[in-house]
Amino acid sequence: MKKKLAFAAALLAASVLGGMANAKTLVYCSEASPANFDPGTTTGGNDFDASSRTVYSRLVEFKHGGTEVEPGLADKWEISDDGLVYTFHLHPGVKFQTTDFFKPTRDLNADDVVFSFDRQFNKANPWNGDKYLPNLTWDYYTGMDMPKYVAKWEKVDDLTVKLTLTEPNAPMLANLGMDFASIVSKEYADQLEKSGKMADFSTKPIGTGPFQFVDYQLDSVIRYAANPDYFKGKEKIDDLVFAITPDATARIQKVLAGECDIAPYPNPADIGTIKANQDVTLMDQAGLNIGYMSYNTTIPPLDKPEVRHALNQAIDRESLIKSLFQDAGATPAENLIPPTMWSWNKDVKSDAYDPEAAKKVLAAAGLTEIQLWASDRVRPYNPNFQRAAELIQADWAKVGVKAEIVNYEWTKYRSEGKKKDRPGAFQIGWTGDNGDPDNFFATLFACSAIGVSNYSSWCDKDFEDLIQKAKKTSDQAERTKLYEQAQVVFQKQAPAFLLAHSQVYAVVRKNVSGFMMDPLGIHRFDGVDKAE
Amino acid sequence: MLKYILHRIALLIPTLVGITICAFAFVRLLPGDPILAMAGEHGVAPARYEELKEQFGYNLPIWQQYARYVGEVATGDFGVSISSKRPVMEEFKTLFPATMELSFFAMIFAMVLGIPAGIFAAVKRGSWFDQSLMGTALVGYSMPIFWWGLLLIIFFSGYLGWTPVSGRIGLQFFFKPITGFMTIDTLLYGKWDAFRSALSHLVLPAIVLGTIPLAVIARQTRSAMLEVLGEDYVRTARAKGLSPSRVVGLHALRNALIPVVTTIGLQIGTLLAGAILTETIFAWPGIGKWMVDSIFKRDYVVVQSGLLLIALIVMAVNLIVDVLYAVINPRIRAA
Repeated sequence: MKKKLAFAAALLAASVLGGMANAKTLVYCSEASPANFDPGTTTGGNDFDASSRTVYSRLVEFKHGGTEVEPGLADKWEISDDGLVYTFHLHPGVKFQTTDFFKPTRDLNADDVVFSFDRQFNKANPWNGDKYLPNLTWDYYTGMDMPKYVAKWEKVDDLTVKLTLTEPNAPMLANLGMDFASIVSKEYADQLEKSGKMADFSTKPIGTGPFQFVDYQLDSVIRYAANPDYFKGKEKIDDLVFAITPDATARIQKVLAGECDIAPYPNPADIGTIKANQDVTLMDQAGLNIGYMSYNTTIPPLDKPEVRHALNQAIDRESLIKSLFQDAGATPAENLIPPTMWSWNKDVKSDAYDPEAAKKVLAAAGLTEIQLWASDRVRPYNPNFQRAAELIQADWAKVGVKAEIVNYEWTKYRSEGKKKDRPGAFQIGWTGDNGDPDNFFATLFACSAIGVSNYSSWCDKDFEDLIQKAKKTSDQAERTKLYEQAQVVFQKQAPAFLLAHSQVYAVVRKNVSGFMMDPLGIHRFDGVDKAE
Repeated sequence: MLKYILHRIALLIPTLVGITICAFAFVRLLPGDPILAMAGEHGVAPARYEELKEQFGYNLPIWQQYARYVGEVATGDFGVSISSKRPVMEEFKTLFPATMELSFFAMIFAMVLGIPAGIFAAVKRGSWFDQSLMGTALVGYSMPIFWWGLLLIIFFSGYLGWTPVSGRIGLQFFFKPITGFMTIDTLLYGKWDAFRSALSHLVLPAIVLGTIPLAVIARQTRSAMLEVLGEDYVRTARAKGLSPSRVVGLHALRNALIPVVTTIGLQIGTLLAGAILTETIFAWPGIGKWMVDSIFKRDYVVVQSGLLLIALIVMAVNLIVDVLYAVINPRIRAA
């Protein structure tokens, strides 16, 4: 104990005296405090930035800056012909991080992988319930339907793991690249269980990722150091610091003042100031999201595609987007999925603004009144439902359709909106989870999603066949073709008015290199460097 | 005196009960709940939602939930945060020193400027100084903290570069907290540059948080001073031929400060309320920011227990002020 104290004191003295003058330190002004550091138990983007993307790695990873899946801890994998069995071959010699609270005695092996998933669903696993942390919900594991698709995880040998599914499900691979699928250390878990300090697992994380955890001062500062044993090579920066700064204006001022190097989510109002500044770069990308408006396709005359097209044509989308997103901007949506996602069909175009044509069709169909739904909540894909509703109402009035705006508080709004017989046009949107097109097409417009998240109550046989086939096919080139066709059907049938994919921003100082915007909305610091 | 104190304590009990009810009810009146807040964009399947409600105990009748909460609090169990899974008391203990330190410096700022300004205004009653000071105090009193904080940041940190934008101390300083008070800890470690860094980080948030108390103290000092200056004994002192500075500084001030001291004590409530916004803007890791975060996450446990802890502190301070006042002014005890 004495020795430990002396060591701690020496460490403290060294860090206070030495500061971090010689080390290369990158400061990231994060937007919120992480709930904890166990990515299986949390759901927020800021939680994941601070845990899974820094400390941990996964079997597969998303390509930096993209949504394609690439090898992670698994060098390669095979999928059986029936699509039911996935065999992963682990990278040999991967070391868990060595810190002052844990010294690994063995490399990563299949036990760690099996444990990482088993703890999330197996009630008999001591890490599943209250013994570890109170009221664990494992939201992402259940949210991504893992209990439905996973039959079992097995260790074949130290470096081989087998996953058996209950039915073919191609997006599974992308699921395994998600934050909740981070691989944790079973050896560390066992040690903590033995010493009765299980809660430490969520506050002092150990992983195989690019950075290792050093210290967290609650609600203030998180410190990491480059993992010297990182299996993809040590990072160029030595220290990574998260300075938690919740106010967007203060965050941007901090970057401008040089107190931090990177900050996410500036206020739209500050975009002009940032662009004018010589020391920083404003990075942007179309987010992995879609704002749209669902027509109930089962209630006449909205059951006719030409009527839905006409309503779309009557909306001056360009002005609408400008008015809603202002300086922050947004990419007008041509398809349900954003252009950053694989299989986006570049040949599909949304309905062009043509009020004259719309007027004729709508008059012929006898559509004079419609309900137009709006809620109070600010969403990334639509900052102001009410304003959007008013503008659409005005556009529709010009083509002889009187829209009545229906308002509800957000929770009730969604529960009312998803009812099968809800009339009219319903504004909603989606932010993707794993970069797989299935996460958009099937989640939002599959027949089985009617009454859940298919707000158009739209069940089209051609579309359904395509997306279901794509879900069961493991070959990505094949899947791409199927989704491209699905987008053609979607445009022809127009179950919804597609608004836009909002832009996501980050402000980065000019001397920082290698930082990339991520379509998944995460912030990664592997590969980032900083010139002094 | 003891009877008086006991009487005051007895009066706190209904207040406490009221606070538990308010804290419990208000957070539940907000639309949404912790389960939905955690599920985020995804939403949660109805069956799973019911399951989780049961797990958290939110399926029980509301009065049972309340009884359970009061029972736990009465035994000193403030619960475990729904989102972070850490004990509420532990988080509170970690974060409270930051709020106290900020409040302390805000109060120093308010007193050092407010008391002399109030005295001067009273002595020069009706002068341009008096009028402009009272006008400014009114502006200060009605200042929206959020806007004021950002304005100062943009001007002093952004434009002039004199002060750091936010945080508690420069990021190059890294040590384990001893007391949790940054200004004390840096001195205990004997690091002057760290101490200076901590002080420079305190300047703007202390000004922002101290602005409203400053206005209140200045106005209170002025009116107390005016009252005292009209008293017979002051007139007598003047008639005896004492110098004006002696009359004001010795005879008047001591009596005028009695109500001011009370005001200062009661500003603790204002400070804690102001801390919510100030801490959010300045990324100050205190209990104000903690409460805001918890409200957004619908973390019922943190909100209700946190509010209760804060209320307990405010009540304790008020009690001390009441008692002190009775000590200074014996007339109160009878009332």
